[in-house]
Amino acid sequence: MQELIVNILLLAVALLAAVLQLIGRKPSSGMTRKQKIMLWRILTAAVLLLGLQSLGAGAFDSLGGAGRWLRLALYLVDYLVIGYDILRKAYRGIRNGQVFDENFLMAVATLGALALAVYENGDYLESIAVMLFYQVGEWFQSYAVGKSRRNISDLMDIRPDYANVERNGKLEQVDPDEVEIGSTIVVQPGEKVPIDGTVVEGTSTLNTAALTGESLPREVQTGDAIISGCINMTGLLKIRTTKEFGESTVSRILDLVENASSRKSKSEDFISRFARIYTPAVCYAALALAILPPLVLMLGLGQSPAWETWIYRALTFLVASCPCALVISIPLSFFAGIGGASKAGVLVKGSNYLETLSQTRIVVFDKTGTLTQGVFEVNGIHHNQLENDKLVEYAALAESASSHPISKSLQMAYGKEIDRSRVSGIQEISGNGVTALVDGHAVAAGNEKLMDRLGVPYISCHSVGTIIHMAIDGQYAGHIVISDVVKPTSKQAIQALKSAGVYKTVMLTGDAGQVAHQVAAELGVDQVYSQLLPADKVEKVEELLARKRGKEKLAFVGDGINDAPVLGRADIGIAMGAMGSDAAIEAADVVLMDDDPMQIAKAIKISRKCLGIVYQNIVVAIGVKLLCLVLVALGFANMWLAVFADVGVMILAVLNAIRALFVKKL
Amino acid sequence: MKKTYRIEVDCANCANLMETAARKTSGVQTATVNFMTQKMIVEFEDGHDPAGVMQDVVKACKKVEPDCEIFL
Repeated sequence: MQELIVNILLLAVALLAAVLQLIGRKPSSGMTRKQKIMLWRILTAAVLLLGLQSLGAGAFDSLGGAGRWLRLALYLVDYLVIGYDILRKAYRGIRNGQVFDENFLMAVATLGALALAVYENGDYLESIAVMLFYQVGEWFQSYAVGKSRRNISDLMDIRPDYANVERNGKLEQVDPDEVEIGSTIVVQPGEKVPIDGTVVEGTSTLNTAALTGESLPREVQTGDAIISGCINMTGLLKIRTTKEFGESTVSRILDLVENASSRKSKSEDFISRFARIYTPAVCYAALALAILPPLVLMLGLGQSPAWETWIYRALTFLVASCPCALVISIPLSFFAGIGGASKAGVLVKGSNYLETLSQTRIVVFDKTGTLTQGVFEVNGIHHNQLENDKLVEYAALAESASSHPISKSLQMAYGKEIDRSRVSGIQEISGNGVTALVDGHAVAAGNEKLMDRLGVPYISCHSVGTIIHMAIDGQYAGHIVISDVVKPTSKQAIQALKSAGVYKTVMLTGDAGQVAHQVAAELGVDQVYSQLLPADKVEKVEELLARKRGKEKLAFVGDGINDAPVLGRADIGIAMGAMGSDAAIEAADVVLMDDDPMQIAKAIKISRKCLGIVYQNIVVAIGVKLLCLVLVALGFANMWLAVFADVGVMILAVLNAIRALFVKKL
Repeated sequence: MKKTYRIEVDCANCANLMETAARKTSGVQTATVNFMTQKMIVEFEDGHDPAGVMQDVVKACKKVEPDCEIFL
């Protein structure tokens, strides 16, 4: 019965190898030369083994004494075809002083089984088949890892291959590295923007999905800054470059993501440390299994030692113990996790940060630019005698000479070109406001002090923000409220964080207490600290760090422009809105390409999923290994089961690791 | 000086062996092998010619892992 199963298995392996060989001819299969050679070896070995098996021992016995040796020689040839590289690697490992690795395990196990078979003139099949199936497993692993590695890399590959430069009226494709700062490049519809710059001609819509994960297109026109990595969708753009290729956004992001997996997480460290103790430990355990029980049987109990049984069990033990499933799947899980995150517009600078992120229980926000837009907008107009638009128009015109952020936001609210000829006699009264003649009317715009000074009675405002009182021709005309606007998704983001297991959210701000508390209450933030100077923010974060319990981690979210020290001090620094901001990319551990605070919860969920997969793989792989080892030691499993357990767990672990890549629905 | 080379190696452990071998080569300040992106980042010590040092790095890597490729 077992013989039949084995023959069917061998046939299946041979067929599989032949089919894969055919598939491998297509360049799209992505098989390397080495993998193709390995397939040939698997095919040859399987066919040869099948032939030898169907001939059977009887055919050789009829040849007399030489028959036994001929049979051995043929099986040995088969063994060498399939396993010579393992033997070579094991030998080299011993010579280089790194004895214990999986090659050594396999070489010792199969050579031992072969020696036992020679001694008994029996079943050579087992050792060769074990080697064969091990190699099939290795082949599959190398192919699966290679393929998923390429898939992930392709996904992250936003690297532009060329830049179009106009020379003598003709477009020429050049290496983006060769384009100097200040040159003009042309980006046609459908092409990637290769280098950061400013649009000098043309309007178009840009797809920023590769950078931000956000599918909403962005409009650009002449004069707008444009960052590399976006895809130009509709119109022809001429761009004057402001950076070199190496310093451009796309290069920096790629650099960051590619180097991310070089920063090892604790789980990865654990696995490599584990493998370092595990393999020698298993080897010694196998040695003990081969020697101790027979000695006990012989000396202690006076029974026959049964050396063959115990040596066979020890060899099976070695086969069962291969740690490859762990060693390959953990880094692959992290790589897939980082790849999936970057596809969603979340750049994680290393596996270790992904790990920290998953343990985040406290999130500290910087208010401006994170939960709020960080730009001041006209948020209300009260008690006005004129139409809203008219009032804003007068205010904008009166303030037209000023470059103060407040006047900028007034001009923005007005939204039209300012006709300076309508304004005359502008007088700025420092710390109060301005007075000017607009269309012949005396317009005064400023704070309460200005109104007092002009002797105009005014109505105080209850709203939070900067209040600009207006007086026209000496008459009070109402006031305009200008304040920072909360981002539309901020409230949702705080809730999403809560449901993702963050139990405390804290907001830090330099603003006055009243403003801060109003925003906090509106968003549902747990704690607020207001009127902080940048140095105070570090102090507050340190206070919070000192108070947190056990393993939980504190994340600080800022816009990366002025809070680099705090980003560095927190367990994990998250910078958002990094499109084009170098400072953020430098200072933070996690960079959100988008301005959307929802991304924070998403980043945490991605990290949780990835870490979940890592732990599943660790537990399942080690669990199955230990179970197998126990079964083998007790004699309930043979070498066949051992090799299938090894290959099976490895394949499952690799497939599970790939799941970390899918983060869309989180 | 820091340079990045494309490599071809098919197991994570072999990549680690290459990394250790490259680090031990004289003229190399530090080396990182990134298995996932199939890249080797080598930082050279001052006063060493990268091309010459890389020849030694390739030799050292071939010794521990004959199947590896480094594209100079």
